[in-house]
Order: sequence, then C-alpha cells, then structure tokens
Amino acid sequence: MAQPDVNAVGEAPARPAPAPVRLNLQRFGLTIAFVTLVAALALLSPSFLTAENLLNVARQVSINAIIAAGMTFVILTAGIDLSVGSLLALAGAIMAGALKGGVPFALSLLAGLAAGAGFGVVNGLAVAYGRVAPFIVTLAMLTIARGATLVYTGGRPISDLGPAFDWLGGGDLGGIPVPVIIMVLVFAAAYVMLTQMVVGRYVYAIGGNAEAARLSGVNVSRYTVLVYALSGLLSAVAAVILTARLDSAQPTAGLGYELDAIAAVVLGGTTLMGGEGSIGGTLLGAFLIGVLNNGLNLLNVSSFYQQVVKGLVILLAVLIDQRLRRRGGRRRAA
Amino acid sequence: MAAAGAPPTEAKAAPAAEPILRMRRIVKEFPGVQALAGVDLDVLPGEVHAVVGENGAGKSTLIRILGGVHRPDGGEILLRGQPVAIPTPRRARELGIAVIHQELNQVGPLSAAENLFLGDEPRRWRWFMDWDVLRARAGALLDALGVPVDPRARVDLLSVAERQTVEIARALSLKADILVMDEPTAALTLEEVDRLFTIIGELRARGVSVIYISHRLEEIFRVADRITVLRDGHYIGTYAAGEIDMDGLIQRMVGRRLTEKYPKAPISSGPPRLAVRGLTAEGLFWDVSFAAHGGEILGIAGLVGSGKIEVAHAIFGMIPLDRGEIDVEGRRAAIRSPAEAIALGIGLVPEDRKTLGLVLGMSVRDNLTLPSMGRISAAGVVRKDKERALVEEAVRRLDIRAHGRDQVVRDLSGGNQQKVVVAKWLEAGATILLLCEPTQGIDVGAKVEMYRLMVELARAGVAVVMISSEMPEVLGMSDRILVMHEGRISAELTRGEATQEKILASASGRPDRGAAGR
Repeated sequence: MAQPDVNAVGEAPARPAPAPVRLNLQRFGLTIAFVTLVAALALLSPSFLTAENLLNVARQVSINAIIAAGMTFVILTAGIDLSVGSLLALAGAIMAGALKGGVPFALSLLAGLAAGAGFGVVNGLAVAYGRVAPFIVTLAMLTIARGATLVYTGGRPISDLGPAFDWLGGGDLGGIPVPVIIMVLVFAAAYVMLTQMVVGRYVYAIGGNAEAARLSGVNVSRYTVLVYALSGLLSAVAAVILTARLDSAQPTAGLGYELDAIAAVVLGGTTLMGGEGSIGGTLLGAFLIGVLNNGLNLLNVSSFYQQVVKGLVILLAVLIDQRLRRRGGRRRAA
Repeated sequence: MAAAGAPPTEAKAAPAAEPILRMRRIVKEFPGVQALAGVDLDVLPGEVHAVVGENGAGKSTLIRILGGVHRPDGGEILLRGQPVAIPTPRRARELGIAVIHQELNQVGPLSAAENLFLGDEPRRWRWFMDWDVLRARAGALLDALGVPVDPRARVDLLSVAERQTVEIARALSLKADILVMDEPTAALTLEEVDRLFTIIGELRARGVSVIYISHRLEEIFRVADRITVLRDGHYIGTYAAGEIDMDGLIQRMVGRRLTEKYPKAPISSGPPRLAVRGLTAEGLFWDVSFAAHGGEILGIAGLVGSGKIEVAHAIFGMIPLDRGEIDVEGRRAAIRSPAEAIALGIGLVPEDRKTLGLVLGMSVRDNLTLPSMGRISAAGVVRKDKERALVEEAVRRLDIRAHGRDQVVRDLSGGNQQKVVVAKWLEAGATILLLCEPTQGIDVGAKVEMYRLMVELARAGVAVVMISSEMPEVLGMSDRILVMHEGRISAELTRGEATQEKILASASGRPDRGAAGR
C-alpha cells in the first residue's frame, strides 16, 4: 500500500456532507394508518363519513385525548402517570358532591379541578423529592384516589347535576360539541407550551437527560412536579366532561383510562424512554383509537372482539412505527 | 492457543513470524461516509499492536469488523493464514477474537464469576448451575491475572479496573488469542494503568496478541510493539514503536504539523473573580483555598480520586459543602444548586459530556440555549429571533461543525460535542469557567482547538479553571498550577517552576522527592 504524503500541511478539515433529506417517516406512518382506517370504514359503513358521526367520534375521543395530553408531558419527562383514571373519578365526585351540597356552579368546578391538580402535585413531589419511581408513586395514587372516591361517595353515584353542567357535556357552540371545543383548546395550549415555551424545552431536556438539564440550571424537581400537576389537572378536566355527559359522578368512572391514554401517547410516537415525542402525535393516536372503536361499533363487532382488535392494532401500529423509526434514524418530531 | 504455524515460544526466535491476523484492503461504507478505504492491519502472535488515529479515522469501524459487528464491503481477513468471514460477534469469539469495549458489556447485578461465564455456565444435571465449579474456575482465572477480585462480588460494585480485569479473564476463559482493547485506560487511575500494563505484558508472554486502541499517545509508546496509523479511513502506515517518536506520530495522524500544540499566550490577569477559602466536604476534600483571576488559566492537577473534580462540583453547587467560603467577584456567595452557580456567572464543563454535559437526543440549538432560556424568552415564550442570534453567534465563535442547528448532538464528533458544552456557558454569560477534563476522549486536532478557545476566553477576561489528569496539558496551558493529593492541595506552582516531575511528586504526596529529583 502506497504511503500517502504525511506532510500535506494544512489540509482543510473535512466538512460534513449536507444532511440527507429525511422524511418524518414516523409521523407519516401513523398518518397512513389513520387514513387507511378511515377509508376502510367509509367503504364498509355508509354512516361512518357523516358529519353527525364524525362529531360523535370527536366527542367520544375528547375525554381520552385530554387525559393523553397530560400524559404526554409526563411521558416526555420519562415518567408515567397511572393514577389518571382514579383522579378523574375523584375530581368528578368532588364536583358533583359540591354542586349537590349547594356550592355555586363555578366554585364546584374549580374544587374538582383543584383536587385533580393537587393530587397531581402530590405525585410530583413524591417523584421529584421522594425519588420514588413514577410507576410506583402513581400506582399507589391510583389505589388511594379510587379508595378516597369510594369513601366520599359511599360507593353510590351522585346524579342530577342541573342544566349548566349538562351543557358542558351535551351542549354545543355553533354546532361544535362543547367537549370537542375543550379538547381543541387543551391541545392548542399543550402545543404552544411544548413548542414555543421554555417549559416545553425543559420537559424535553429532563426526559432526554435529567442530570445534564440540572447542571444547565434547569430546576428539574419543580418542572417534574409541574408535569404531574398538569396531568392531574387534565384528568379533572376530563372528569368535567364525563360527569356532565352522564349527568352523574360514578365512583367507578375512569377505570382503566390510564391504559387508553398511554396507548394514545405511544401510538403518537412518544417514547416511554422520554425526551422524544410530540403532542400532535398524541392527538392522532387518540383519534386512531377512537375511530377504531366507532368503526367496530358501526360494524356491529361484539365488544368482546373489539378489545382483541384494539390490542392487535396498537401492537401492530407500534411495531410498524419502530421499523420506520429505525430506518429514518432517531429524530424527534417537534 | 497455539497458532497453526510456529508455537509462540519460537516466534520470538524467528524474526519474521507469520502474522496471526491479516486484514487486507478492508473497505467499509456507511450511507454518505466512506469509513474505511482499503485499510491493512497485520498482527503478529504475542505482540501489542496499537491502532491510532483521530476520531473518525476508522479505528472503531475496523475493530467492529474484526469483532463481527459490521461486515466489510471489500477486502479480506486472514486468520492464521486462512481466509475467514466474521459475520457475527459469536463467530468472532469462536475464532478466538475477544473485544473489550470501552463501555464494558456486563450485567451489573450479577457477580464477577457469573459475568465471567455468562452464556457458558458450568452446569450440573444439564439444567442446573454448578456454583462450586463456577466460583472455583472464576477464582482461578482472576488469580492468574494477579489482581485480587472476589468472584462473588457484584460487578456493579467493582471499580472500572476490576471490571476490566473480569473482562480480560473472560477473554482468557474463551481461549482468545487476539484481544482487542478499546480505550482501556480512559477511566483508570495511574496505579491501575500500571497494573493493566503488567497484565498486558503477561498476556504477551503467553503469546496472546493485543490490539490496543487509545487516544493517549504517551501510553502507546509505553505498551505497544508496533503502531498502525489511520487517517480519514485511509491506511497511513505501520511503525515499530522504536522507530517513530511522538511528533512523528501526531503528524501522521493529523496529516499536518501542529505547529503549536499548546497555544498558550501570556495574558495579564485581572482581579480575582473566584476566591474560595477552606472548602471542605467531609470524605472528599479538606481545606481547599485558592483564587482564580480573570484572564488567568488556573490548572488543577491530581490523580483520579484526588478530589479535584469534586472541588469543582462543590463550587458549582452539585455537592454540599461542610465548611468554607466562596467569594464571586469579591462578594460572599451561598451556592446550593447549579442554578444558583449559573446565576453568579459560573459555568461547568463536566468530565463526562455524554451523561452530564449534553442532552444527547436534543438538537445543537436546544442544547446551546438550555442555560440561557431566561435571557431569550419573554413571559415564558421563547423569542425565536433572540434564539437564532444566540445560536448563530455560538456556532460561529466556536466553529461548531454540524449539519445544521437541528442536528441531534448525539451524531456530532466528540470535539464538536465538547464545543457545544463550552459554547452554552459562553452564551449564558459565564465569567468563571470550570473545565473538568476538557479534552478527554477528543482527538488531537480538536484538543488544540479547545486550547485555543481557552486562551481566547482568558483574553476576554474569563477566569478559566482547568481540572485535568493529563499532565502535559496542565503544564502546557496553565498560568498557575495547583496540585491535589488525597483531598488536599499539596502544591502550588507557577508556570515557570512547574515540571512534570514536581507535579507528579506532589500528586503522589511526595513533594520533596520531586524537588530533590531536579
């Protein structure tokens, strides 16, 4: 092998080649899955693509989507919140109980929202300062909040909550259901927080490398508390909608909702490792699950089979997603 | 163990022994990158063969091909004269090639003995572990290396050096006759390095060939018989360690003369920006006092474990102090967290940029702006114009080479990653910069750039505190040098009076010997 000239003084350091244009295959893949599903359902069921049905889907999706929005923040910090379903039930019971006890409407709502956020803060404090794994903290809270709800309600639903409350679940503004409007507002705010605001940058940084974030001056503990508070608050917002739609606070409401929320977040491309993901993906993930539920109902698939199908779709979607992601390189969709 | 040809004892006698391994014109391409463009490597039985080159020269790729991680696109590999294919790491092990990676692949909660035989456990009645045999064999292997490691100890509770010994023992248990070591000394103390070199000598005597990868050129001259140089994926040459010197080696590695390896310029120092008195964190360091002036580069030398890194961590609010005072710009400061240190204008470049310095999955832009969020935002909303201005200035000032501001820092070279860490403190307005092992794991060219940057910073009035285990850079770059030994400052030397011997003597707690030696 010839000996290259080692005295080539001042050789310009190789500049990196321009980055290859990479499609955001990950987001793309989920969109394809969603469009395919919608197209298939439109063909199979004539009533699917009607305005009435689509608004109905959006209304049904709203509760899970709002919880999933909070869950996205938590998962982006490499945490998890299993307590959302229980917090929903507790917040709903507190609102309904206050209302029945003669507390003014606005104050009752506020009490429920404060309860959700407050219990979320407890989660966050235990994670950030107690240094207990989020899975354990929120698993404990799942039980505590459920138990507290049963104690508070004596295990009985609190019903007949009045017309103002009813409007939040069944009313509309210019033909758009109120729950859908609330969902849109929540996602708009979450989008701004994650992409335009300092909070968002810190959330990604904490999930990506909490220690490096701390050494860069980020108050990791405070923002950790904040994301769990946000998750609790949004569970309570979901509680408003659910309680209003049923005109009743059920002590068993929200059972298993944490799993649907996590599924929506993961389907949306946010990794459970933290630091990578997007709120837009979560919305798409929630709708994918919602459309699937709706479609299977329209097709008269038994609810037993529905669960099987839903699980298979989640597994398949994430499998495909990971394939695409590996090919597209590790990137985060902002 | 015995090669197909002559046994190792005769290899010494015969001057031109048959290479046990020949890699011929190895070519490897990754999308958009020619990682290896026809590289050769001949390894003789029982020799220590160093492979050197800057980051990106192709060392790692070559090693991965040998270890069965990557497949070459061209070229051939001859093992004991026979052409072989190494499609998997398993095949590499079967062929007697063992690779000890820098990040040791061990199962932390398992014992040393279990790790030693992982995947090849001695069994009893087919399905059961034979614990007695496992421990006895592990003990024998570890004893043979002359390092006291308890086979029953959990691996994650061992020191890096001990864990490395376990890996070497594992390679021996697999009857490997080619041992590849990738940056084995990166996290070792001086004593541990000595012990490792003794072990390597032992392996060589047994006829094991060692392929040794390291950035530390001083070590290479201590341990290697022959040296192969790679640059930008090309084969530059193979030299006997005796026929080339350090300058010649560096020149071949970088392809240009590094006219000034330590571009230190005299700068008149200003008032003290940072003054500490009697800093004590029980168990780590005691009674540490010094001042760092604007325009000055203050070097803190000491062995690994001397407490020098911990002093920097304590000043930055990462470790609570038991006693002592910190003055910043002449005013008493209470620093309880990194956030408070940053507010006072202190920046810390940590010793491990990947786990402490950077959020690897985030972009260049997001890493650069992380400590400056308050300055480039209004009411919690990031001002894109200010953000862009900050990032552009940082990239230009430090000549950070990235595909774009959105490139994930994980994909940058070590040198460019380090620049991002330094840049984020400059943009955050740091006037006191604590640099912990600032050139660890970056290549020669990037090192010189880092030194230039330090001089530029000092010239701009920043107080630069450089904490380093690399003696030459401490000597080459510091205006003043503090030496630490077992948690205390054992010497303070001016640039003029410092010598390698004096520093080493003080760092080992024998200052008088160094003085007498000169």
